[in-house]
Amino acid sequence: MPGVALNETTLQASQARSRAAVLQRLRSTDATFRLLTRTAVLAVLALLSGVILSLVIGSVPAFRAFGLGFVGSEVWNPVTEQFGALAPIYGTLLTSFIALLIAVPVGIMIAFFLTELCPLWLRRPIAIAIELLAGIPSIIYGIWGLFVFAPFVQKYIQPALIDTFDGWPVLGTLFEGPPYGIGMLTAGFILAIMVLPFITAISRDVFEAVPAVLKEATYGLGCTTWEVFKHVVLPYARVGVIGGVMLGLGRALGETMAVTFVIGNAHTVSASILQPGTTISASIANEFTEAVGDLYTSSLIALGLILFVITFIVLAIARYMLLRLQQKAR
Amino acid sequence: MNIASTPVPATGNATPAVAGAGLAEKVSIRNLEFFYGDNRALKGITLPLYTNKTTAFIGPSGCGKSTLLRVLNRMYDLYPGQRATGQVLFDGENLLESGVDINLLRARIGMVFQKPTPFPMSIYENIAFGIRLYDKLPRAEVDARVESALRRAALWDEVKDKLSSSGLGLSGGQQQRLCIARTVAVKPEVILFDEPCSALDPISTAKIEELIDELQEDYTIVIVTHNMQQAARVSDFTAFMYLGDLVEFDVTEKIFTNPGDKRTQAYITGRFG
Repeated sequence: MPGVALNETTLQASQARSRAAVLQRLRSTDATFRLLTRTAVLAVLALLSGVILSLVIGSVPAFRAFGLGFVGSEVWNPVTEQFGALAPIYGTLLTSFIALLIAVPVGIMIAFFLTELCPLWLRRPIAIAIELLAGIPSIIYGIWGLFVFAPFVQKYIQPALIDTFDGWPVLGTLFEGPPYGIGMLTAGFILAIMVLPFITAISRDVFEAVPAVLKEATYGLGCTTWEVFKHVVLPYARVGVIGGVMLGLGRALGETMAVTFVIGNAHTVSASILQPGTTISASIANEFTEAVGDLYTSSLIALGLILFVITFIVLAIARYMLLRLQQKAR
Repeated sequence: MNIASTPVPATGNATPAVAGAGLAEKVSIRNLEFFYGDNRALKGITLPLYTNKTTAFIGPSGCGKSTLLRVLNRMYDLYPGQRATGQVLFDGENLLESGVDINLLRARIGMVFQKPTPFPMSIYENIAFGIRLYDKLPRAEVDARVESALRRAALWDEVKDKLSSSGLGLSGGQQQRLCIARTVAVKPEVILFDEPCSALDPISTAKIEELIDELQEDYTIVIVTHNMQQAARVSDFTAFMYLGDLVEFDVTEKIFTNPGDKRTQAYITGRFG
């Protein structure tokens, strides 16, 4: 029937038209959406390069004045406008190293206890308590460190260390001098407490990823808990643990507030870890408000650039290691 | 296999206690009950494991055969809420008692798991690791024990040129034989196999079965398997379990040719399970 056929054609035509309109609308929505996502990404990238660029530009006067010697010089004298980054770099690396020295073994042991030995009902409370440690604002660690922890260190820990190692070849120098309370060791302790939750949380996750049957097989040979941990769990989870440690290190390197409170803020490089020192972030936080003169400001910005580079390297290593872990798990 | 030398029970209608009577019992399970929390997974199991014989545990999934195996080396101790009552006499000593040295027990009763579980270390270290746990030996002697363990597991010829490469790089069947070598290296008296071939191809399976056959000259072997042909091929005695009960225990030949219980009959002919 031709009439029906005609009707059908018109129907089809109008359907095609409305479908084309809908498609058109969808297409423009989609284009906008794609544009928005792309803009968001570009904004972040622009922000990042802006930060890097202003750090670099800002630090040009300092590097022009002192050259690469800026990194190797200990002098920091705002009056004569002589600046060197060695003391802050040294303090940053040393306090972070002390922090890891304490936090890594403790964090790994906590993680192993939580995954293997802890009664089930106790697991969540302990895990939450440790995560809460990560949630405490760093200013609170600073206040606590200055008013509670530093006096404690001054009264008990430092005198004991000084007395014990007095006269020893290397350790004697390491633990030398009057007990100030504040200093690089104290800063390291505080940092250790602050990075502990990171190391614990990541170690716990990777320990949990060790197949139960592998652990059973090790126990099945007659291994003790320690042997299972040392020979199987730790080697299996090694890469992940290192990644966690690196993330903790990244945090320790950049931590400002708590460290500023307890490190003593002295631009000196001393062999004794009981002495006051400074870190990059502590120097910047302390001195930016009083930095008069372009060279002073530029030197502080150059410190920031150095910290940025150090942190970037650490995070890059961490990412790489975590990536390798994921590939291994596959 | 040497079923021929096994005294066949006098009566056709043998009770579990009679099958194999006269043989030395390496392990005697007496009235064993096992609980996952409140759930009773094993109900009054009484069963002998004869010295230098292979005993197979068969039965449908969830019947408790793996659970029974894990009681024998107290693997369940690792998990809270799991407990066993009754007696498991190992050379006359109840291994369920709390004073038992679990590490020593697990060295004497070795276990091979369903999935190959090589440790994250080299092939050599996988074997030497267990040896060094118990004996402080000079390097040359460790080497010799590693080689003999690998030969025992019929793996030596395949890996002798790459002992220092990772155990994880071997094929599934090789990994499983590595695990057997590792278990053998510790010089156990009993070896427990928990479905050792379920993740392997037929050729690897045949090799493992051959190996089990050879190993029973020196070891008391227990094997849990879903594969009834396998149970028939490798074992001297078979225990059929169902829903936590030991339904029937007898000489393997009799279980598969003339079972005493209707449920055994139904299972081995494939009517359930």
